[in-house]
Amino acid sequence: MNPNNYNTEHKPTWCPGCGDFGIWAGLKGALAKQGLSPHEFVVVYGVGCSGNMTDFVKSYGFHSLHGRAVPNAEGIKLANHELPVVVVGGDGDLLGEGSGHLAHASRGNHDLTVIIHDNRVYGLTTGQAAPTSKRGYKSKSTPQGIIEVGMNPLTLAMSQGATYVARGFAGDIPHLTGLIEEGMKHKGFSVVDVLQPCVTFNKINNYKYYRERVYKLEEKGHNSQDRYAAYKVAEQNEEEGIPIGLFYQNNDRPAYHEQELSLKEEPLVKKEVKTPANFDELLKFFK
Amino acid sequence: MIDFTWKIGGPAGFGIKTTGDMFSKVMMREGYHIFDYVEYPSLVRGGHNVTETRVSTREVFSQKKSVDVFIALNKESYDLHRKELSATSFVIYDKDQFEIKPEEVAVGVKLVAVPLRQITKDVGAEKVMENNVALGASLGLIKADLKPLFELIEEQFGRKGKEVVAENHKVAQAGYDYVREHFGDLEVAFRLVEKQEYVERCFVTGNDAVALGAIAAGCQMYIAYPMTPASSILHTLAAASSKVGMLVRHAEDEIAVINAACGAGYAGARTMIGTSGGGFSLMVEGLGLVALTETPLVIIDAQRPGPATGMPTWTGQGDLRFVLHAHQDDFPRIVLAPGDVEESYELGWKAFNYAEVYQLPVFILLDRYLSESHKSTEAVKAEGVTINRGKVVGRWEESQGQYLRYKKTDDGIAPRSFPGTPNALFTANSYEHDEYGYSTEDPQERIDQVARRNRKFEEFTKNELPEPLLYGAPDAELTLVGWGSTKGPVLQAMQAAEASFNYLHLNYLWPFPTAKVTEVLGKAKETLLVEGNHAAELGGLIRQETGINIENRYIKYDGRPFYPGEILERIRR
Repeated sequence: MNPNNYNTEHKPTWCPGCGDFGIWAGLKGALAKQGLSPHEFVVVYGVGCSGNMTDFVKSYGFHSLHGRAVPNAEGIKLANHELPVVVVGGDGDLLGEGSGHLAHASRGNHDLTVIIHDNRVYGLTTGQAAPTSKRGYKSKSTPQGIIEVGMNPLTLAMSQGATYVARGFAGDIPHLTGLIEEGMKHKGFSVVDVLQPCVTFNKINNYKYYRERVYKLEEKGHNSQDRYAAYKVAEQNEEEGIPIGLFYQNNDRPAYHEQELSLKEEPLVKKEVKTPANFDELLKFFK
Repeated sequence: MIDFTWKIGGPAGFGIKTTGDMFSKVMMREGYHIFDYVEYPSLVRGGHNVTETRVSTREVFSQKKSVDVFIALNKESYDLHRKELSATSFVIYDKDQFEIKPEEVAVGVKLVAVPLRQITKDVGAEKVMENNVALGASLGLIKADLKPLFELIEEQFGRKGKEVVAENHKVAQAGYDYVREHFGDLEVAFRLVEKQEYVERCFVTGNDAVALGAIAAGCQMYIAYPMTPASSILHTLAAASSKVGMLVRHAEDEIAVINAACGAGYAGARTMIGTSGGGFSLMVEGLGLVALTETPLVIIDAQRPGPATGMPTWTGQGDLRFVLHAHQDDFPRIVLAPGDVEESYELGWKAFNYAEVYQLPVFILLDRYLSESHKSTEAVKAEGVTINRGKVVGRWEESQGQYLRYKKTDDGIAPRSFPGTPNALFTANSYEHDEYGYSTEDPQERIDQVARRNRKFEEFTKNELPEPLLYGAPDAELTLVGWGSTKGPVLQAMQAAEASFNYLHLNYLWPFPTAKVTEVLGKAKETLLVEGNHAAELGGLIRQETGINIENRYIKYDGRPFYPGEILERIRR
C-alpha cells in the first residue's frame, strides 16, 4: 500500500505548517506499512482541528462528539473485534472533555490506538489554554497565565493500566510512523502522545522549541518494560530535554475483548441476529 | 372468586423481597393470577421494606389498598400498615418479639400469633429463615398445598446444599402445622379450597419483560450504568449473557454508555441501553450523535421522581416531555410507553425493529412501578417475535458506483453498511454531512438532509404507528385518558361494579396518534386525564397535537402508583 491511497477528494484545511500534517502522514504511513485496505479498519475522530482529518482519510470513519471518541471506539471494537480501531483527537478533546474515558479505557486495556494531537492550545476555538498547557501559559482565556499545571497524558495512561505508551513528535514523521504502527500492532490500549506545534496560536511550543529539546529514548537505553523507569523519564523537566519514543509496553495483560466471554468465538456482528434457540429454557427461571 | 392481598413488612436487609417473590411464585404455580408490588427506601440496611402479592382467580392488573393477610416482622411494620387492615384481615406475627395491644387492633382483624423465632430455633436454623416459617404459616392459613413451596425452596437454596434445603423445608412445615393446629378453625374467606386449572405463566416485572423482549429480538449488546429502577435489567441480562451470547457491559458512566452503544450500532451490533432520568440527563449529548449518525439504538428510561436524585425507589411519570425534547435542535425519535408487562415484552422486541428499519433512537419509557412489579403472564414467548434489520448492504461492487450512506431516498431511508464491507466506505459524522458523510455547511445540503431524516419519521407514522386502544364500552359516560403504567390500576378499577367509564390508553406517544385521539376525545361525553406528574405532560401533548384541552385531571406526584380505589373515588367526586 502507498500512503497516498488513503487520500480523499478533500484537501486538508489545516494552517500551512500545522503539526497535524505530520501526524496525518504518520498515520497513513503506519496504515500503509500494515497493508490495510481502506475498508479494513476504522478511525474515530474527536472534535477539533485534528478531528477535521475525518474528511482527509479514506476509510470507515466516525467523527465523534467533543471528548467522546474513546467510548465510541470501544463500542466499535466490541461489536467487531477483528477491526483495528484508531482514535485521533486533540488534547482538549481527549484530556479535557474526555479524560475520564481515557483513564477508564486504560483500565480496561481496550485494544485501541489513541493518537493525541498535543499542541498545548485550543486551535479550532482560536487559542485558549489546553489541559496540557504549561502552568503560567497566557492565552485568551487565561490572560494572567493558567493556574493549573499541565496534564501529563503519559503518566495518566500508565497509572491507569494502559499497556502501550509512547510519545512522538510531529516534526519527525518516520519516527512517529513507527510508534503508531507498533501501537496498532500492540494488543491492548495504546496511547501515542504527539508533540504537535500549533503555528498559529502557540508561539512558545513551536518546531524550534521541540527540535532543541527532543531526544529518542531508544538511543538512551531506556527499558520500556520498566514502568517506574518510564514514569521517571515521563516526568523529566523539559528544560533538560524532552524524551520521545516508547516509554512503556506490557505484553502480558490481555486486551478487554480477549477476556469477554461473548467474544470468544467470532465477532458479535458476524453472528446472526435471532431469537436464541434456548429462549424457552431461559424462561424457566421466570416460572 | 378469590381475590386477596398477602403482604409482608419488616426491616430492610431481611429478605422481604425474596420472601414476597417466593409467595407470588407459589401462588402462580398453584394456578392463580398474581400481581405484586414492593416498597422500599433507598438504603441497603435500616428503614422499612414491604412487598405485597395480590392473588386472584382472574387476571389482576394492579395492587389494592386493603390487605387480607399481613405478616408483620416488627412492630414498626404493624404500626405503619394497620390502617390497611379490615374486618376480614389476618395478621401473622411473633408475640415473643413484640406485643400488639388490643386497642391497636381494628374490629374484626384476627391476630395469628406464630412463634417464628422459637420454631426457627427449635429446628436449629438461622434467623433469616424466620421468613420461611411465616411463608409456611401463610399457606397454612389459606390451606394451600405446601408442595410448590418445597419445590421452590429446593430451586432457590439447592446450591447451598441439602442441609439448607432440609432446614428450610422443616421451618416451613412447622409454620404450616402450627397455624393448622392453633388457628385451623378460623373462617378464612379466601381459603384455597378448589384446585385451579394450571396454566403455565411467567412471573415477570416490566424490567424482566423488556429484558426478555431484548433477548427474543436477538439484542447483541446491552450497556448500562447502574441506576434504580433500571438496574435489574442490567442484572437480568448480565445473568443471561453467557447463555444467549449477548455482550453486557457496565461502563464507567452514562456518557460512555450511550457513546459506546453508538459505536457498536455503527459497527452493526443490535444494541440497547438502559437508565433512569438522571442517567439519561448525562446521555442527552450522545442522543444527538445517535440521531445525526442515524445509528439504531433502543434506550430505556425507567422513570423515578425527580429532579436531581429525587426519590430513587419510588415511581412517577415525569420524563415524557424530557425524552420527547431532549437535545438541541429537533430530530425524529420514537417514544413508546408500555402499560404492563405484556406490552413491555412486545414493545421491547419491536423497538429493535423500529430502530434498525428507521435508523433512529427508540425510547421505551418505564417507571418504577412497572419496572419492579411482577405480574403473571402468558404473553412472554418466542412465538410471534419477528426480526427486521432494515436495509443493509451486505456487498457493494465498485460497478454499482459510489456507495452513499446518507443517500436522499424517497422514504428517507438509505441502506446501512457495516465497517469491514469492501467498497461501502462512509463516515458517521457528528457534523451535518452530505450523502457520503463528509462535513458540509452548504444550505441546500442541510435542507435536504434534515428533510430526508424527517421523511423516515413520516414513513414510520404511515407504516407502523398503531391506533391506541379504547378499553371498555365505546359509549361510556366517562373516558379516562392515560399513558404507560397507569393502565394497570385503571383496568383494575374498571372491574368494579360501579365502573361506567372507558379508558384511552396511549403507549405509542411519539409520533403521536393524533387522528384516533381526536376521534375518541371528540366523541367522549366526559373526559378525565390520569397522570403521574405535576405538569400533566400528556395533557399538554394532547392539547399540542389535537387542540383539545382536558380540564378534568387526576394528577398524582407523591411517588406512589395509582390505586384502583383512589381512581374510583376521584371519579365519584
